[in-house]
Amino acid sequence: MKKYGKFAALIAVVIGALVWLASTGVSETKTYYKTIAEVGQMGDKAFEQRLRVAGDVASGSIQHAKGEVLFTLAQDKQELKVVYTGSDPLPDTFRDGAQALADGRMGRDGVFHASKIQAKCASKYEAKPGNLRAAPAPPINKS
Amino acid sequence: MENVAALSVLLAFCAAIYALLASVIGRLKRKPFLIVSGERAVYSVWVLISIGSAILVYSLITGDFRFSYVAQHSNRSMPLLYKFAAWWGGQEGSLLFWSWLLSTYSAVVVFTNRRKHRDMMPYVVGVLMCVQTFFLILNNFVVNPFKMLSLEGSITAVQDGNGLNPLLQYPAMAIHPPMLYLGYVGFAVPFAFAIASLITRQPGDAWIHTTRRWTLITWLFQSTGIMLGAAWAYHVLGWGGYWGWDPVENASLLPWLSGTAFLHSVMMQEKKGMMKVWNIVLVSATFLLCIFGTSLTRTGLVSSVHAFAQGPLGKYFVSFLALAIAGTVYLILDRLEYLRSESQLESVISRESSFLFNNLILLASCFAVLWGTLFPVISEAVSGEKISLDAAWFNKLMIPIGLFLLLLTGVGPLFAWRRTSSESLRRNFQWPGIAAVVLVGALLAAGVRSFYALISFGFCLFVALTVLMEFYRGARAIAAKNSMNLLRATYELTHRNTRRYGGYLVHMGIVLMFIGFTGAAFNKSDVKEMGVGDVLDLSHYQLKVVDIKEGENENYQWHRATVLVSRGGDMIGTLEPEKRFYKASRQGTSEVGVRPRLNEDLYLNFGGMSDDGARAVIQAYVFPLVSWIWIGGLVLIGGTLVCLVPSKVKMQYARTEVVGITRKYAEVPK
Repeated sequence: MKKYGKFAALIAVVIGALVWLASTGVSETKTYYKTIAEVGQMGDKAFEQRLRVAGDVASGSIQHAKGEVLFTLAQDKQELKVVYTGSDPLPDTFRDGAQALADGRMGRDGVFHASKIQAKCASKYEAKPGNLRAAPAPPINKS
Repeated sequence: MENVAALSVLLAFCAAIYALLASVIGRLKRKPFLIVSGERAVYSVWVLISIGSAILVYSLITGDFRFSYVAQHSNRSMPLLYKFAAWWGGQEGSLLFWSWLLSTYSAVVVFTNRRKHRDMMPYVVGVLMCVQTFFLILNNFVVNPFKMLSLEGSITAVQDGNGLNPLLQYPAMAIHPPMLYLGYVGFAVPFAFAIASLITRQPGDAWIHTTRRWTLITWLFQSTGIMLGAAWAYHVLGWGGYWGWDPVENASLLPWLSGTAFLHSVMMQEKKGMMKVWNIVLVSATFLLCIFGTSLTRTGLVSSVHAFAQGPLGKYFVSFLALAIAGTVYLILDRLEYLRSESQLESVISRESSFLFNNLILLASCFAVLWGTLFPVISEAVSGEKISLDAAWFNKLMIPIGLFLLLLTGVGPLFAWRRTSSESLRRNFQWPGIAAVVLVGALLAAGVRSFYALISFGFCLFVALTVLMEFYRGARAIAAKNSMNLLRATYELTHRNTRRYGGYLVHMGIVLMFIGFTGAAFNKSDVKEMGVGDVLDLSHYQLKVVDIKEGENENYQWHRATVLVSRGGDMIGTLEPEKRFYKASRQGTSEVGVRPRLNEDLYLNFGGMSDDGARAVIQAYVFPLVSWIWIGGLVLIGGTLVCLVPSKVKMQYARTEVVGITRKYAEVPK
């Protein structure tokens, strides 16, 4: 069994290195999923962690300003003002009424500073199962 | 017509169950006719699903908007190709497509093995039909694609449909899902053979020999699918990336990683009779990851940018996966004795050991990707808080893993079996090693400071040289013996042992892709609101907007900027990035302007109009070396195709195998 010792040692080194990389990576990049209501209840902790907040983009709230985009996320009647300052272009799916994920930190000014935005078009890629019956456009009149 | 379609898919479900029962009972009771009728039933499953699919496709193309699926995924103004592609553009249709592919594969398996593996085939059919039945349950009872739109109890139609998601209206995207599905579904076949050989305690490695080609073809489809997906992301999404560690992308990578591990470790079993348990585990894991990948996009388990909607599918997939895992684990444990290894590891510097580490690393990366993808679910279960990991985490972990694999790509194939002498080490690695060190030194002197980029370029050169030396040495020997020129000799060499040299070509493709990946360390970008006449300087390019236009056609509205590109005062071209807004689905897409060159791509995206509507937001990027990813992908595909060509010289392995060969062509069991 002795010759397996070398293998065991090498394998242990490889796996150890990976586990070390993975676990240090977790603490650096982890992001907490929170609802808008939860962000409100977090108190001071909200300013310390990276957060990911989901909601619908409130209609008419998107404003482009110099180098940043302001909008409001809404979910279950809770609202959150978001400012996006990232350098990547906003996704094409990002517009009024879209489901969006804002990734970033809560600012002391009560505005959420997002560094990344993901958006999923609410009407498309797939309607929610509940919406299936609400078929698009009115039916043809068979008169 | 809708009734015919729904009925035929329902009948397919019954036929699949019949095929499953007839095959297995026929085998247990040793009734050859029952077995044959089970195999016939497999063909009928294919015919029935084909009828259903044909009707769905026909309705998509003709625009029969009484079908809810057609209304959601097709419209009148879409080009024909995308009307056809709408078959797999939505939840219900794509699952029907899955079923259809599986039934096609099953029919091919039954046909090609109609005189072979008689004792094993009933179980192969059984396993395939088990999977088929599961998907037909989904097709019939959970996400039926033949639902009609109804209003107050009577079937009705809409004027026009929503149309296929415009992001998917792109040629590479139209064929990306079928490629990926061909890969996903294909692993059902090696899995079925593995399970069947476990159940019947097949002596020898019949299942591996039979499925080697299947596995390779399947792997080829998967690789192509992943590459197409990356190319699509690069050209359509407008952020210039090709990989973002999104759960859906990871879902396609997972079975690819374990499948790659499987392709390597079967060589250990073929040549040394080792790793038998491991191979069964790997092929099962790969198949289950394929099912998992299919479910990940559909069940809303992990939120993703391009997932299908959350639906009722989750519990079905979870139960199926749980059953499959339980069954496989039980079978393996029950038959461990039969899977005993025939030889042992001898030295750390040996081919065996390099295979071992190749597998270890591939599996570790597979596990890491799985872990990262499911982290929100795991953390929620453990701590109650949903925590996600982003691309930075994956990169931190996967870059070192990738580099280690790259190194193994070079050294592994040159280690000898059992143990390697220091003389052969020196002969094989001296010059590539020195060249790589020189290259890294030169790059350092040229001002490259990125640690990973230096390592990666060094490894790339090292591996490329070892591969080229292998070709050169072999070809030179043949050229001298048969007085051919070197080119002809290289062809001859490759033809004599296609597996080996095709494999080298695949490795070469991987090297080229790594060169492309490494280019990302030197990306440059800038964003500017630009009116007509404005100039943006990026790297050594000057970009001048000369025109901003808008217009519309029946499918979409568009804005387009015309940008003159010059370098050092010389005009080198015009790029026209465009933003489209599709009317039917009310969604925008980007048509980027790319100037691809071997050394770097200039990439312009039309970000949108400024608020006053006078200026365009132009995002400009320079991506060094990115073309090499696509070139590497093509080399990889070419190499895999070479592997599929039968070798001119039949390789005789030193390993003796008495049992198995004779029983391979055994008659129908008595």
